[in-house]
Amino acid sequence: MSDPARLKIAFVGNPNSGKSSLFNHFTGLNQKIGNFPGVTVEKRIGFASLNESAGAEIMDLPGIYSLYPRSLDERIVTEILLNHKSASCPDKIVVVADATNLKRSLLLLTQVIDIGLPTVLALNMMDLVAKAGISYDINKLSQQLGIPVIPINARKGTGLDELKRVLREPLGIPTKNIFSVYEEAKGAVKALRDQLHLDNDYEAYQILQQPTSLSFLSKAEQLLIQQISAQYDFFPGKFQGAETIHRYTFIQNLLDEVTLKVSDESWKRYNSKLDKILVHKVFGYVIFFGILFLIFQSIFAWASVPMDWIDGLFAAFSNFVGTALPDGPLTRLLAEGVIPGIGGIVIFVPQIAILFAFIAILEETGYMARVVFLMDKIMRKFGLNGKSVVPLMSGVACAIPAIMATRTIDNWKERTITIFVTPLMSCSARLPVFTILIALIVPEDASLGFFNLQGLTLMGLYLLGFAAAMLSALVMKYIIKVKERSYLLMELPAYRWPKWTNVGLTIVEKTKSFVLEAGKVIIAISVVLWVLASYGPGDKLENAKQYVLEESANLRLTEQGLENRVAAYKLENSYAGIVGKAIEPVIRPLGFDWKIGIALITSFAAREVFVGTMATIYSIGSTEDQTTIKMRMQEEINPETGGPRFTPAVGFSLLVFYTFAMQCMSTLAVVYRETNGWKWPMLQLAYMSVLAYVSSFVVFQLLS
Amino acid sequence: MFKFNLNKVLKGNKNVSQMKPGEVGIIAGFTDEELSVKLLEMGCLPGAAIRFNFSAPLGDPVCISVLDYELSLRVEEAATISILN
Repeated sequence: MSDPARLKIAFVGNPNSGKSSLFNHFTGLNQKIGNFPGVTVEKRIGFASLNESAGAEIMDLPGIYSLYPRSLDERIVTEILLNHKSASCPDKIVVVADATNLKRSLLLLTQVIDIGLPTVLALNMMDLVAKAGISYDINKLSQQLGIPVIPINARKGTGLDELKRVLREPLGIPTKNIFSVYEEAKGAVKALRDQLHLDNDYEAYQILQQPTSLSFLSKAEQLLIQQISAQYDFFPGKFQGAETIHRYTFIQNLLDEVTLKVSDESWKRYNSKLDKILVHKVFGYVIFFGILFLIFQSIFAWASVPMDWIDGLFAAFSNFVGTALPDGPLTRLLAEGVIPGIGGIVIFVPQIAILFAFIAILEETGYMARVVFLMDKIMRKFGLNGKSVVPLMSGVACAIPAIMATRTIDNWKERTITIFVTPLMSCSARLPVFTILIALIVPEDASLGFFNLQGLTLMGLYLLGFAAAMLSALVMKYIIKVKERSYLLMELPAYRWPKWTNVGLTIVEKTKSFVLEAGKVIIAISVVLWVLASYGPGDKLENAKQYVLEESANLRLTEQGLENRVAAYKLENSYAGIVGKAIEPVIRPLGFDWKIGIALITSFAAREVFVGTMATIYSIGSTEDQTTIKMRMQEEINPETGGPRFTPAVGFSLLVFYTFAMQCMSTLAVVYRETNGWKWPMLQLAYMSVLAYVSSFVVFQLLS
Repeated sequence: MFKFNLNKVLKGNKNVSQMKPGEVGIIAGFTDEELSVKLLEMGCLPGAAIRFNFSAPLGDPVCISVLDYELSLRVEEAATISILN
């Protein structure tokens, strides 16, 4: 994928070791975020200059604790480091270690050293260690480990010049071997090394330990490993615990030798004081839900201002193009299909930016780990993760940024379930549909004791969506089977002030990936929908005005009235109209007619389009005025019964349908991007459509 | 080398999930082999000092200190770590 001659450097380290800060320092805005092939683990690659003449490709690998993987993220790192023959195998590795937690960081380092790739240790957070009164003999540490050791401060950017200098110079494979393979395993290791021509013992040993999870091994190679394992009586996991203890013994001896002064740990007290409040029985939840509410409020309310600007800007631009260019199919495609389609992508940018600003701050400060700590017990019962709370709550504003926020969930199953159920939370696009239908069927002055009945109905719909999301999650928990066991084992990192450049880069990166990747799908579908709604078979659309004039010759229509009728006629005879009519038999048991059918189809662009479609189809122009539309809908007569079309039964059926149905192409596009394929968005579409249909059917049949 | 077949010996022992906030103990061993390798990697070594900090408001998960850092784990996970007291 990249220039093979360019130096490839991989950053490896524990979560919270400051790896990402270092990566941001090295690459700035010069980074590319994608996925590793076939999986949804984030691949962060950037380009950095080591000096005026030398550059390097930097890969920021997901944070891991050990080369023995327990999650998808960790497996990816192990595969990259073990597959020495691959073109993407890094030339040099920088292990970023948190100096305040050196023991645990060194465990990973000793594994990486044994794997036999040129390695440098970047000792991060040395300032905190110094504050604690500890100092390490760096030269001795480097000598004992057999690799260069560079103290750095990734947040401030100190020590990076020295690190770059070392990376520019030729670097051999580590001279020391920290863990030697046990006697009992030597036979198997030697056999495998000879067969696969591997570089060293530990590499062969790792491959023997995890033959099934390494995807770069071919079928034949896997078979070979099985044979060798059987022959030498070797089974995966055999010496793993003993190896870890061996490594820690080495590390303890090493630290005894290089630590110059022992700390009194007083500097850590501050941290636990904050935890007394933030994970307190009462205040913990009050603060957490306060933060959630703040996030929700800002996506819901603050984002609406820039969203209105974007909306207005694109409407004006579309108008301008429509009038400035000569009329024709191409101009119309541009002005009515493509430009509004692009507008439909850009409109999500404020919400995405705001949500990810909050999420980045929560992650940076270390509070996100506390969120998991607070919510794990409840969410686990539903097959979700403690972190699922943030996407679910954000889903009430909009499912698009919410689904993108599931990236913070490490466990594949919990993340998939969260993505799957988030669109059931009632988003803000459903609100216009809800309000107009509730105003139509629930009397305004009716109340239940203290409460207004309209308000109660609206709240009931939100609760219905929430209940459906949680119940669906519960069902999926039992349906999806994974070998992966669910662990928590999560570090509660020390609280820190967020680093604002990291927050900024997160916002840019998330927005960019949404616009570029989900955007492609959104624009394609919106153009298709536009064609469906603006073209139809025969000449009915071109000569719509004439047909309408013939039909309503004896009606004295005003200019405006005529235009509205023409618009309604056009929509009725477009492909969308034909599909709407065609599905009438299917949706009749739900109490819907073909006019509602058309609205269901156009709603796929975005749910709130329902209101506009209703206005067009009832020939009242493209009004945004709710009362006008409501009045017109009230007058609509059902020809079969002679009564009103929108009876309470039809109204509630439609409300339930909009609560459950997946009528948002942007959500499907973003699920496609986040799950790396069409399987999950299609399952989601099918599941939610069936759920909506069955529920509406039951509601309508019960009420009528 | 350390052997992990401690299940029988450790059965009557106290485990981390039974500790009280502020209590300190020494890790003796593990009762779940699959989980033990993960716990070892996170620094829960036999012989290491462990401090029980606090439980989550709903009683699960719990937060412990080991190796000078804070680790959170579920009660069922904590119950697999036996301590000497």
